[in-house]
Amino acid sequence: MPLIAAPLTVLIRRSAPAWAVAAAACTFSFVAAVLLAAEVAAHGPISYHIGSWAPPWGIEYRVDALSAFVLVLVSGMATVVVPYAWRSVAAELPRDQVYLFYTMFCLCLSGLLGMTITGDAFNLFVFMEIGSLSSYVLIALGRDRRAQYASYQYLVLGTIGATFYVIGIGILYLATGTLNIADLAQRLQHVENLRPVLAGLAFITVGVSLKLALFPLHLWLPNAYTYAPSAVTAFLAATATKVSVYVLLRFYFTVFGLHLVAERLPMKEILLVLSIVAIVSASLVALYQSDLKRLFAYSSVAQIGYITLGTSLASRDGLIAAVVHLFNHGITKGALFLLLGGVALRAGRAGLDRVRGLGRAMPLTSLGIVIAGLSLIGVPGTAGFVSKWYLVLAAIEAGSWWLAAFVVATSLIAVAYVWRFVEAAYLCEPDAGTPEPGEAPLVMLLPAWLLVAACVYFGFDTSYTVEGARRAALLLLGASQ
Amino acid sequence: MNVAGHFSYWVTILLMVAGLYIVIARGNLLKKLIGLSIFQTSVYLLYIAPGKLIGGTAPIVSPAFKVYSNPLPHVLILTAIVVGVATLALGLALVVRIREAYGSIEEDEILAADRDGGDQE
Repeated sequence: MPLIAAPLTVLIRRSAPAWAVAAAACTFSFVAAVLLAAEVAAHGPISYHIGSWAPPWGIEYRVDALSAFVLVLVSGMATVVVPYAWRSVAAELPRDQVYLFYTMFCLCLSGLLGMTITGDAFNLFVFMEIGSLSSYVLIALGRDRRAQYASYQYLVLGTIGATFYVIGIGILYLATGTLNIADLAQRLQHVENLRPVLAGLAFITVGVSLKLALFPLHLWLPNAYTYAPSAVTAFLAATATKVSVYVLLRFYFTVFGLHLVAERLPMKEILLVLSIVAIVSASLVALYQSDLKRLFAYSSVAQIGYITLGTSLASRDGLIAAVVHLFNHGITKGALFLLLGGVALRAGRAGLDRVRGLGRAMPLTSLGIVIAGLSLIGVPGTAGFVSKWYLVLAAIEAGSWWLAAFVVATSLIAVAYVWRFVEAAYLCEPDAGTPEPGEAPLVMLLPAWLLVAACVYFGFDTSYTVEGARRAALLLLGASQ
Repeated sequence: MNVAGHFSYWVTILLMVAGLYIVIARGNLLKKLIGLSIFQTSVYLLYIAPGKLIGGTAPIVSPAFKVYSNPLPHVLILTAIVVGVATLALGLALVVRIREAYGSIEEDEILAADRDGGDQE
């Protein structure tokens, strides 16, 4: 649906109808995703054969508990961001480019949804490139000239990542003769010569890690998030890296299986160490940023560290933590970047020096940022707490008390960087850089607050997120045994 | 190991490493894209070469032909080539815009320009 909407928006060439088409497409895919998720929860995985060619020859679309969960997150975020983009994009882009923004947005969405839904490893690469190419364009639309350089960097690194992924798939194809993910998993169990398979695993790991910005392959992320238009930052931060995490989970547990990933190569240990380094270093770097968008971009790198940390534990609770955090971090970061977009619109840019006294000038926006910030820290009553809770449980279950202590301790660094905003916004007197009192436009504030409310709601009512994640975790572990 | 028999693999690895090296080592944005292109091209070879059997024909069902080449890698790589072209085109377009904005396509000069004019809008 978004794929059909993309050329439509080009043909229309006017911003308002293009926006309407994009919004309709996003809403439709969100509704479809929710229905799909309900269907999958009730009746198990759904498989759709493109062109009626039965798998493993034809391309198969496959929705199971995990992909349904990610589909809901991605399409939901898109549905929230589109109404927001109405004002935000109009303010940040020249008028004649606005319709192209929606084209790229639809393409990006279809790429991300396609990555999630496809059951074919090579098809996944094609969707990955559709999503990435359009996100390079979206980032380059930023006003600052540095946006173009950031986009170029992302293009080079992203393409290297995607190419590594294709190399990995190529090696697996040579070893097994199939590209269907489920078929691949079965045939891999009978492969005698494991060395090429392990090489393929290594290539895929590096390629996907580049896409999901796992430390030390995260260098493209802070620049790209800082200089992209606000709506783009919010959308990409909430979805693009998350879908890559999904791909990594899918390959580790469904395709290769735990015995290959964990026993033949020290993947668990590598992931664990990299996650820990990512959390500590990115949180510390975030402490010293003066631009709020950049600050939260580094914090994204750290939060991705928590997700991979959960993955590296490879237990039921660890995976629940990873999947729940994938969702919770998506909505939290989405809310933060949407609110910061409002600040940037009113204050020119979202620098820490511009938000002095913001608590009085834009009370709703500031309050939203603080609540989303609390969720980032993991304060009880917010969504972030639920995922950290499972992460700590998983760490204790794995017998490593120091890891549980580590998760709690690093949350304190998050307290410190969120506090920097609180200090500037509430405790400093307004000065010349502070915008005139007045809120961001309602169409921008409303979607952002919707996500903030979601942060709080999913902090209290965990039945949807945790249940979805539990089913996904059981599925992954079941597939890998 | 039969070195000559694995000729195509050696070429693939050489191209792959050379391309990646150019991307990392060169400061010129255009040259980086060239390296990226070489890197991607090596993957095409990785897929295509094993799919071809010497003396094999296209997979036509006919008693006259016995040995077939696998057509699937060709199809896949056709897709990958399209993706590669799109990436290259977008990369070049970005380089043009960077050139307009900075007046340079050397990485170190761009970074220097950003440091000087760092916080200006």
